[in-house]
Amino acid sequence: MFDYFLQQLIFALAIGAIYGLIALGYTMVYGVMRLINFAHGEFFMLGPYIYTFLFSGLLGLGGLAPVLDSAIAIVASFVIVGLLGVAIERFAYRPLRAYGRLAPMLSALGMSIVLQSAVRVTVGPQPVHFPAIVESTPIDALGGMVTTVQLGILAAAVLLMVGLALFVNGTRLGIWIRAASESWTTSSLLGIRVNRAVSLVFFIGPGLGAMAGIMYASYYGIMQPTMGSVIGLKAFTAAILGGIGSIPGAMLGGFLLGAIEVFGTAFLPILSFGYIGTEYRDVFAFAVLILVLLFKPAGLLGETVSEETTVAKKDY
Amino acid sequence: MLKVAGLKAGYGRTQVLFGIDLEVRAGEIVTIIGANGAGKTSTLRSISGLTQIYSGEIEFKGRPIKGLPPEEITRLGLAHCPEGRQILQRLTVEENLLAGYIPGRGRSFDEIRTQVYDMFPILKERRNSLASRMSGGQQQMLAIGRSLMATPELLMLDEPSLGLAPKIINQIFEIIITLSKSGISLIVVEQNAAVALEIADYAYVIDAGRCSVEGGANNVLNDPDLKAAYLGA
Ligand SMILES: Nc1ncnc2c1ncn2[C@@H]1O[C@H](COP(=O)(O)OP(=O)(O)O)[C@@H](O)[C@H]1O
Ligand SMILES: [Mg+2]
Repeated sequence: MFDYFLQQLIFALAIGAIYGLIALGYTMVYGVMRLINFAHGEFFMLGPYIYTFLFSGLLGLGGLAPVLDSAIAIVASFVIVGLLGVAIERFAYRPLRAYGRLAPMLSALGMSIVLQSAVRVTVGPQPVHFPAIVESTPIDALGGMVTTVQLGILAAAVLLMVGLALFVNGTRLGIWIRAASESWTTSSLLGIRVNRAVSLVFFIGPGLGAMAGIMYASYYGIMQPTMGSVIGLKAFTAAILGGIGSIPGAMLGGFLLGAIEVFGTAFLPILSFGYIGTEYRDVFAFAVLILVLLFKPAGLLGETVSEETTVAKKDY
Repeated sequence: MLKVAGLKAGYGRTQVLFGIDLEVRAGEIVTIIGANGAGKTSTLRSISGLTQIYSGEIEFKGRPIKGLPPEEITRLGLAHCPEGRQILQRLTVEENLLAGYIPGRGRSFDEIRTQVYDMFPILKERRNSLASRMSGGQQQMLAIGRSLMATPELLMLDEPSLGLAPKIINQIFEIIITLSKSGISLIVVEQNAAVALEIADYAYVIDAGRCSVEGGANNVLNDPDLKAAYLGA
């Protein structure tokens, strides 16, 4: 029983970390722009595709150890998807900013379709194999139920989150992002180039999303063009649960949602005497979404967003 | 330092400034006084690029700045300490200072921070507190300190005494005099006209979006009509 619990716990942490990484993108973008970036799930999907393309290319060239090929491809995927995020904000969202909050959001929905279709057309709609980054072997020390891939995902995700926290709290660029999230008007009066803070957020958010996608594809060993849709919605739920706009909230929300989902799914069949099976897994996330919206719309760590900020943004 | 000529501005279709002319010479303290709703804040906001300008000219250090975005105007050395302080509540005191720092203007962050902390010891004491936990007077000190992080040559203060106890108002005005002595030119917008006129060199009285009276601060202070209208005498 304990082994089973440990296995589920590691699974919950790994999947929760992935939700958390994606949720960070939703929450940071919402923070600086009050925009729900409906295209965000597609950055998650693009990560593994771009990684695989680069990795096979580098491997084909030879000359480097495969580990290095892999490392280069990971970093390059972050950068490429990040730059794509910057470009999409610049050309698909920014020009619509003057027309209220709905217009960029509709544009985001459109971008989601564009990106997903682009992969569908170029690579194909069917699921394809994702090359393993780390060989998946059970770790004997942990009862043989936990794999190297699971631990690798957890470690990488925590590293990225700590890095982000240090960046946002300890650097001038990070302070710019937090200042812009609080008020564009005040930030601009202080000499902060708000549009650069926005671009920075649109680099980091999609980049982290791509990393989460690579982790997810490593876990299941496959990828497909639609993989960002449901996961994207779940991560959005995690962001809402933690309090949209709050960076620690997104991390907390991700881990909490992972735990609710994994343990809920694991124990549901037992509790319901087998009537409700594990196929109900997706129900948990959306039940959480509805409950949070009903009873605590600001989320666990969220601050109520003042209308003043929104008005000030339009004004500016 | 600053020249404003024929400034007309407003919010959408609501015009609130109907031709403001004003000038600030290097090293001067200029005060803008006038009743609530006269257009003092709108004047400062137009200069800073926040409020829409319909027509008119604004020159800072001989350079036209009309149409520049607010952040670029601040980066030229024209800082604006806004009405209501507008402290970033979710940042700590020191993070607010960091947010206001503009590199490349000849002074390091540490250097200006030390100066600000010497000026307002309470900010140093509470540098790691969330700004939202500070009292009104402390937030005003933080707002002024934060403006100084931009190494301004001209600093515009919008109602720095608003809502503060008399003792703290005195302290703030002492600081304004110190800043002026250190070579910063200042525009001080005040409803508290008596105090403002006492420290200012030159004064403009704004009434319903127009400049109704201007002159040396002493002359304005002793103007019998103004005494009746603004100084309650
Ligand atoms: N955001 C705004 N939208 C529309 N009208 C405004 C806005 N801000 C100020 N006003 C109007 O502009 C006029 C001048 O206001 P303001 O510049 O704040 O005056 P003051 O600072 O002298 O009290 C007032 O009539 C006020 O109602
Ligand atoms: Mg005002």
